[in-house]
Amino acid sequence: MREILGDIDRWRTQNKRIAVARVVDIEGSGPRDPGAAMAVNEDGEVCGSVSGGCVEGAVVAEALEILKSDSPGRLVKFGYSDDEAFAVGLTCGGTVHLFIQPLTW
Amino acid sequence: MIYSALADRIRANRPVALLTVIDGPNTGATFLVAPDQDKIETLGSLGDSELDRVASRDALGELEAGRTSVRNYGPSGQVTPEDLQDTPIVRVFVESFSPPPQMIIFGAVDFTAALARVAKVLGYYVVVCDAREVFATKRRFPMADEVLVTWPTPVLTDRGPNLGARDAVCILTHDPKFDVPAIQGSLATSVGYIGVMGSRKTHAKRLERLAEVGISEPKDLSRLMSPIGLDIGSRTPEETAISICAEIIGKRVGRTVPSLSNSDGPIHR
Repeated sequence: MREILGDIDRWRTQNKRIAVARVVDIEGSGPRDPGAAMAVNEDGEVCGSVSGGCVEGAVVAEALEILKSDSPGRLVKFGYSDDEAFAVGLTCGGTVHLFIQPLTW
Repeated sequence: MIYSALADRIRANRPVALLTVIDGPNTGATFLVAPDQDKIETLGSLGDSELDRVASRDALGELEAGRTSVRNYGPSGQVTPEDLQDTPIVRVFVESFSPPPQMIIFGAVDFTAALARVAKVLGYYVVVCDAREVFATKRRFPMADEVLVTWPTPVLTDRGPNLGARDAVCILTHDPKFDVPAIQGSLATSVGYIGVMGSRKTHAKRLERLAEVGISEPKDLSRLMSPIGLDIGSRTPEETAISICAEIIGKRVGRTVPSLSNSDGPIHR
């Protein structure tokens, strides 16, 4: 979170709607530990990262969806063997659990 | 409001925990827990005052350990397996923001700037210290969080009690006047890494001087990583900085890494 505060501050002063995605859990091999964070604003601008670049694209899509839907946030799982949800996964074979929520707090 | 308080605490390097309900009743609820000396400041709520109380207590423990994890509660903070049996589960992500680890670098030499830069990349709070006013300047070390013009002893007396396993002291001076008190002072702390720069010959001479001031116990001497860094054939200050930081990482996680202090033969081949 530390490294994305500057971008989030800038977006907040521009009154952009923002979603924050954070790694909350990993199973097996995962590139980033719990707490790794990225943020997406309503224009699709991105800062930070939650993996080695494997799932960020899908996170942006999900984050924009959440911003549109007024959802309070949801858990999203990306895994190599995960057939459902998303057609992306971690090439390292692990599973990453993300919580994506609008930054309304 | 919670975000601003969180950002302020993180930037001020003060401990803070951000708690978020990630599943169950009140998903998305956010709660900030910030210890302040003997009281705890909180902001927001997980949706139940009893849950807030129990979770904030747990968050303090997580903060202390520098740990980030998911914890399960009942809607009013129940934690025992029996109490959790017939209730919905509230899953709370407890994210700890502990102050960054510190690196104190003694000696304002060429290697210092490179090491300070690499340490900043790794997230350290970097302090550069040298007694020579001409060298220890913020202008030479703009990347350092603090530049102190003083001797090692007062710095380590002052800050030593706060140094722990995650922290590092790097002694780059090569000057016995400075090295010896820096080593003495560092050994009196629980700092996780003490690296001392110098050739094998320099280190051998240094060991004699340390013996003169009563430092000769193997348990003390084994804490000194000297020559400093990994045996990767570093040449430039930047490469040396990488080898030092890699050694610090290896030591912190307990891996066996090819440290120069464990090998012999020339450092530069």
